[in-house]
Amino acid sequence: MDSSRNAVELRDVTIRLGRTTVQAGMDAEIGEGEFVAVLGPNGAGKSTLLKALLGLLRPAEGSIGVFGRSPKLGNRQIGYVPQFHSLESAMVLRSRDIVGFGLDGHRWGPGLGGKKRRERIDRALDEVDVLHLAEVPFGRLSGGERQRMILAQALLSEPSLLLLDEPLASLDIHHAQDIVSLVNRTCRGRGVTVLLVAHDVNPLLPFVDRIMYLANQRCRVGKPEEVITTDSLSALYGSRVEVVRSLGRLFVIGAEI
Amino acid sequence: MIDLLRYPFMQHALLAGSLTALGATLVGFFLINRGMTFACHALPNIGFAGAAGAVLLGFEPVLGLFAFILIAALVFAFLGGEHRERDIGIGVVMSLALGLGVFFLASYSGYAQRVYAILFGSILGISAKQVLASAILTLITLAAMTILFRPLLFYTVDPEQAAARGLPIAFLNVVFMVLVAVTVTTSVQVTGALLVFALMVAPPAIAMRLSRRPGAIVALALVLGQIIVIMSILMAGMSASWPVSFFVAALSFLGYAGLRTVQALGSTFGREGRTWKA
Amino acid sequence: MEGMIRSELFANAMLGGTTVAVVAAVVGYFLVLRALAFASEALTDISFAGATGAALIGVNPLAGMVVLGLGAVLCLGQFSERMRGRDIEIGIVLSFAMGLGVLFLNLYAHSSASHAAAGVGVLFGSLMSVSVEDILITLALGALVIACLVVIGRPLLFASVDPTVAEVRGVPLRGLGVIFLALLAIATAISVLMIGILLAVSLLLAPAASAVNFGRRPFATIALAATFGVAIVWLGVTLEFFGPWHHVPVGFYISFFSSFLYLISLVWKRLISGSEVRQPAHADREVSHHSHG
Repeated sequence: MDSSRNAVELRDVTIRLGRTTVQAGMDAEIGEGEFVAVLGPNGAGKSTLLKALLGLLRPAEGSIGVFGRSPKLGNRQIGYVPQFHSLESAMVLRSRDIVGFGLDGHRWGPGLGGKKRRERIDRALDEVDVLHLAEVPFGRLSGGERQRMILAQALLSEPSLLLLDEPLASLDIHHAQDIVSLVNRTCRGRGVTVLLVAHDVNPLLPFVDRIMYLANQRCRVGKPEEVITTDSLSALYGSRVEVVRSLGRLFVIGAEI
Repeated sequence: MIDLLRYPFMQHALLAGSLTALGATLVGFFLINRGMTFACHALPNIGFAGAAGAVLLGFEPVLGLFAFILIAALVFAFLGGEHRERDIGIGVVMSLALGLGVFFLASYSGYAQRVYAILFGSILGISAKQVLASAILTLITLAAMTILFRPLLFYTVDPEQAAARGLPIAFLNVVFMVLVAVTVTTSVQVTGALLVFALMVAPPAIAMRLSRRPGAIVALALVLGQIIVIMSILMAGMSASWPVSFFVAALSFLGYAGLRTVQALGSTFGREGRTWKA
Repeated sequence: MEGMIRSELFANAMLGGTTVAVVAAVVGYFLVLRALAFASEALTDISFAGATGAALIGVNPLAGMVVLGLGAVLCLGQFSERMRGRDIEIGIVLSFAMGLGVLFLNLYAHSSASHAAAGVGVLFGSLMSVSVEDILITLALGALVIACLVVIGRPLLFASVDPTVAEVRGVPLRGLGVIFLALLAIATAISVLMIGILLAVSLLLAPAASAVNFGRRPFATIALAATFGVAIVWLGVTLEFFGPWHHVPVGFYISFFSSFLYLISLVWKRLISGSEVRQPAHADREVSHHSHG
């Protein structure tokens, strides 16, 4: 594959957190426009991988390429939807203001408001179905509503790569599916590459192209039906793991999910 | 320096200071672990308003000091809320109290000296009667803290378990805050309202960076408190006009900063620091 | 003649007070969002040491406050991102600065009678007797602070409220943190000059905290905070000059009215949040009656 066509390229990447090696010898390519789910147990390095792609930390070994370049903070091509930890002071601002940061929060000077800016924000809010909540203080929103706001914030800068860190963690199955289909809808049309970190693959199965499964310092990339099998995961984990299909869903048993 | 020790005022000061420090550092240890160190800033200032008001009304300042501190302490016992809002609320209440104190101070032109003494400390002018009072209060504080030590520690470290085990939470809270009020009041007389924090919080804070076991921490804190207070009083005496509170603050700072520096240097060479986290 | 002097003093007090009120409100807004209430108390005490130390060596107290404040910020600035919840460390630094201030004040007050009176000025502020020179310096410093905040305000707000995403967007969190602390040090210095160390915090904290409880939009909130601050200062100065209690430092009025205002804002906040029929803000399971259009 022509490397400049890859959204993300990992070559022999080793990531360490403190003294712990989280991943070693990662090799993977993610093509533009792909929707990839990043799965694995706690501590396997899923969030850490996202941080490395963002430039928040450097790999101990190997090279990472994002659209052909090294990761760097402030890369306008990447949109980031972090796992939301509620910062007390975020609660007092309007949702519209929080979302607006995605557009120009990083620019110096007070900035002019203007109709165009307002319309852009409105459109982004409308796309994720929260326009009616624009004036509400961020702190009054429910978990799912906040998730949508932060998604709108990330999409406002029109990124080519969208990274989502456990967006479904605090949602029930219904709303998890809503969010995933929303991400799919907004990103497919634009050709945005998506890496979505999750614990449970099931809400994602109808939409993902491939899975990146991280466990035991190793990673495996491939189609869901190739990666999420008893043999494949047992090899990855290095211990006996069983994948069970029941009620139309996949369950991984024997591994810490 | 031996000459200095012959003077009654020095003996009184050393005795009262030493006794006060015992109770103060012990209570301070629990304040740190309950995340209530802000009380060491807020309570003395609130007390200041009470003391100034008392002077205005013709009472002993200590009475107003203690009354206001006690009421405020009991209110603090049941304050919840997120840190940020709580800090703002505390800051506002503190300014209000100081403002009131300033108002009372300005309204009464005589005896302002006594009120200044509340702000800056007056241990070097303490009488034998006050030493006796300190002794009694310290004894009560130490006795109460000894009895309450284990349940209070349990409650501080694991409030839910403690409640589940049937500990009388409200009672513990109230008694503890009364002891806080007592120790803050006596500390104000040593260091003044502005620097109670240094006396109550610094010795246990240093001790917590030296050991992990509660027993050892408390012992260390008590010893450090004694060292700091006694050295401060002696140095103040020798310098003739430098205030005791300055030495308490300076020695605390040097102790804490010095320890942190040493530990930071130590860990860059690979050794782990030992700390006890609540 | 006395009338003219008094009216000049009044004008000076109003001018100085208004400047400080506006600067304190704008800085205070970020202070409230960044949860630096306790740190600002520390800076007040560092100003105390700076002012008294400067007076002791015959230098302009304002200069001493600014220099020591900026120096402290530069030394401690590397911890700016980790200042939340660092109560013990901040408290110990605060105590040390306070101790130095107490020492310097003691030495200074003992050196002469006029010095003793001036020492009181540090505690309670000199708004009523501030010199024209100091007012001009205050105006200049105030303008500097506001200009800086106009430039960095947007990314600073972003960094204060949403640091995770801001960092990813390339906003220099630590640098902005240090710059803000430096601006806070300057704002503290001029507030202390006017209102004294005991009560400067009330002007920095309460008007902005009240405005945050009332308002929502950043710019509107800052404007509201400034209005509150200016109104309180005007009220205080007027009462000081024309009211029954002339010996009471203006700081009392400021702390009194601003505390009262904060209380009202808290009540307002309770009322508003009580009457809103919305889900409690937990990141928990959503109840299915929420319909997404």
